[in-house]
Amino acid sequence: MTIPAGLRRSVLRARRDTGFLAAGVLPHLALVPVWAWAATTTARTGDWLLTVSLSAALVLLGTPVLTAVQRARYRVLIGVDVPRLTPTAPEQWTWASTARWLAATRPWRKIGYHLLGPLVELLVLAVAAAGLAGVTAYAWSWALPTGIRQDWFGYLTQLPAYTAAGLLLLCALPRTARAVAWAEARLALGLLGPSRAQRLQKRVDELAVSRTDLIEAVDAERRRIERDLHDGTQQRLVSLAVNLGLAIATRPDLPSDAREVIGRAHLEAKAAIAELNDLVRGLHPAVLEDRGLDAALSGLAARTPLPVRLRVDLEERVAPNVESVAYFVISEALTNATKHANAMRAEVIVRQVGEVLRVRVTDDGLGGADAAAGTGLTGLAKRVGSLDGAFHVSSPVGGPTTITAELPCAR
Amino acid sequence: MRAVIAEDSVLLRVGLIKVLEMGGFQVAAEAGDAEGLLAAVAEHRPELALIDVRMPPGFTDEGVRAAMEIRRRWPGTPVVLLSQYVEERYAADLLSANTSGVGYLLKQRVADVADFVAAVRRVADGGTALDPQVVAQLLLRRDSDPLARLTSREREVLGLMAEGRSNAGIAQALVVSESAVAKHINNIFAKLDLPVVDGDHRRVLAVLRFLGASRA
Repeated sequence: MTIPAGLRRSVLRARRDTGFLAAGVLPHLALVPVWAWAATTTARTGDWLLTVSLSAALVLLGTPVLTAVQRARYRVLIGVDVPRLTPTAPEQWTWASTARWLAATRPWRKIGYHLLGPLVELLVLAVAAAGLAGVTAYAWSWALPTGIRQDWFGYLTQLPAYTAAGLLLLCALPRTARAVAWAEARLALGLLGPSRAQRLQKRVDELAVSRTDLIEAVDAERRRIERDLHDGTQQRLVSLAVNLGLAIATRPDLPSDAREVIGRAHLEAKAAIAELNDLVRGLHPAVLEDRGLDAALSGLAARTPLPVRLRVDLEERVAPNVESVAYFVISEALTNATKHANAMRAEVIVRQVGEVLRVRVTDDGLGGADAAAGTGLTGLAKRVGSLDGAFHVSSPVGGPTTITAELPCAR
Repeated sequence: MRAVIAEDSVLLRVGLIKVLEMGGFQVAAEAGDAEGLLAAVAEHRPELALIDVRMPPGFTDEGVRAAMEIRRRWPGTPVVLLSQYVEERYAADLLSANTSGVGYLLKQRVADVADFVAAVRRVADGGTALDPQVVAQLLLRRDSDPLARLTSREREVLGLMAEGRSNAGIAQALVVSESAVAKHINNIFAKLDLPVVDGDHRRVLAVLRFLGASRA
């Protein structure tokens, strides 16, 4: 005889869920003697204060162990991970900080779980027991004396009803066990695990750290590429141009066509140096690291083909990642002003106001820049956003275009 | 004339030696970092030190620091700094003590061998040689001082003076007559309120005012 797969599965699942619930009873019942002792002692002596405080102390001491047991039960039997509560210990143990730390471990909720848990488990075990008892009603009836059994009318009426009720209960058991196991898991997640606010806080902390790490990794990569190009390709190109220059300077006797070819190569080499310099400069200017934003902006503004009015008002250097983002905002804004806006002049203002670095770049170009369309501007908005900064573009058609970035720079 | 070279790229060092030899220098020593450079200058007391700005170990401004150390320990030693990029701030550091015998040029200028050799010789003779890009950066920051009163042509002329060029050199660079240059220079002197003393001294004062403003 083959058992249908559906039935087999629900039997297996019912066994798993009931087993899980049954396994919860023992650790839950561990507290019962404590309650029983407290109740009987209070009844005998009338001294409730001592017994209640003693049993409360026992419960408080016992909950960490019981909670650990329950966590293991969830993980092993139904694969639910109840997250641990690990509030950060205060730096100084004052009364107030200790109280906050204790409150963050949420002890009352844990005790509540250990009190409520057995009730739901016993409910399912009771259903299972009643079902089994009902189904086997006829077997039990053999325990009755033969005379009574034969004369008893209930033999035909009550016992079939018990059997049918037992069957119904057993059929309902998988669903009940599943629902109760689910309910208990929710209960455990809510009472043993961190609160929603604590979970979100943890997630926010993790995300903030991973975002900072990512940005730092990107910056480090840019620096590495800049260094590699500077030490390798750029030196080779300069050397090439120098050698061609030497050929021109030292060999006036060469045929004119050869001189022409060398002259062209010389010009090409110099153009390649200028192009590569611009590209590499955009990756990460060494002076930014070395002397800060103000110094780096001088070079940037001077290399921009437009007249740039530059005002930098910084009391001290800000964090390297803030310097770096401010530099790229200004660099990209000036590039846009030159390449796309046909601007005649531009103005750059950098000011530190309290704990905010304000960057503003204005040009008198065509305007019509769209932060949603231009990839350059989108990239800038993202970089500013990565520091929790604010980025704004005002660019009506016909100009002027103003790009502002406000970067938090508390140290 | 004896020269020492500090440049960490061996490839480029070979080219620099050839260029200097073409310009009539003997390269007494070559170094790959600031420490080696200072030792070489102490040993050879050269008439020119040609220094790369970015060198090991930090690859930022080691050359600038070494040049300032040389100027402090052996005053009057002409130094020429070379760099992939020029920075106003480094120029301000270099020129803060004394503007004679100082050069600061982009590396790519070496490729124009004749011009480069002329600039280096000018520095060796106690003059200055600033890259036009440095000058552009220095000019950029000044807009609230007497220099703002200069016309753009006068600024150009002042910039070329700061690069260390003579009137004839300026005239050639701007494709104007020498008398036109002289007229511009007189206007510059007037606008910068420079006292009427002998011409060369006023010229130095004008350049100093120009450079001095960069350190404000």
